[in-house]
Amino acid sequence: MAGHMVSGKVERGVLHPLAVARGLGASHTGTEHWWLQRLTSIALVPLTLWFVFTVAQFAGAPYGAIVLWLKSPLNAGLLILFVAIGFHHAAAGLEVIFEDYIHHKPAKLTAILIQKFFFLVLGVVCVVSVLMVALGR
Amino acid sequence: MAHATNRPLSPHLSIYKLQVSMILSGLHRITGFGLLLGTLLFAWWIIAAAVGPRAFLTVQHFIGSPIGLLFLFGWTFCLMYHLCNGVRHLLWDIGIGIEIEGIKLGGWIMVGCAVGLTVLAWIVGIASW
Repeated sequence: MAGHMVSGKVERGVLHPLAVARGLGASHTGTEHWWLQRLTSIALVPLTLWFVFTVAQFAGAPYGAIVLWLKSPLNAGLLILFVAIGFHHAAAGLEVIFEDYIHHKPAKLTAILIQKFFFLVLGVVCVVSVLMVALGR
Repeated sequence: MAHATNRPLSPHLSIYKLQVSMILSGLHRITGFGLLLGTLLFAWWIIAAAVGPRAFLTVQHFIGSPIGLLFLFGWTFCLMYHLCNGVRHLLWDIGIGIEIEGIKLGGWIMVGCAVGLTVLAWIVGIASW
């Protein structure tokens, strides 16, 4: 039982057994940000290719063609996922840019909060827009 | 001890020889930022579709204008570059291609894929016009 020996060693150290189980450091937060960036990027690979190569076929197409396209539950559903996951990924990416380049802590926090709210509002508005076209007469 | 904090801090890029890998890495962030601007165009496009035919026509006019087409081309490239380099990042995460040679070769393959996908998307777009 090698696993037991390893955990036994750690428990005799400075860490509380609960801290060992959680696997989190002094910041008390884990790798959620990093993991979500990976998870969203994996989802965005097929979604982005689908979006670009589908919408490219609508170049110069009349309004009615786009409306008809969004009447399909599959298309509307995928577009909503593209918006939700894409905007989350964008906000997470911009957060890192602010963390790297803004050194004044209050300004950094303010910038991150403003951009998070901005993408949340814009994302919800875009999702509602998709639904309005999809569910409209 | 105050003077001790004046020592040079990483990253001090000026002392490094310029390498392909660092340019490609910087481009990942630059294209990611470019995608944020493209997101605004996308939002305008989909909101206009919900508002109605007139608003949608305005967006289509903008996208069809020389500035709009340039913007759209830039956005397509940013998307494809960020996507292909993102896949490269995911491969690194599972331990593929993290040797120096792998990073160089993967970088060039990635640039080829990004340019190829951009051109392909525009061929599809122009053919459908």
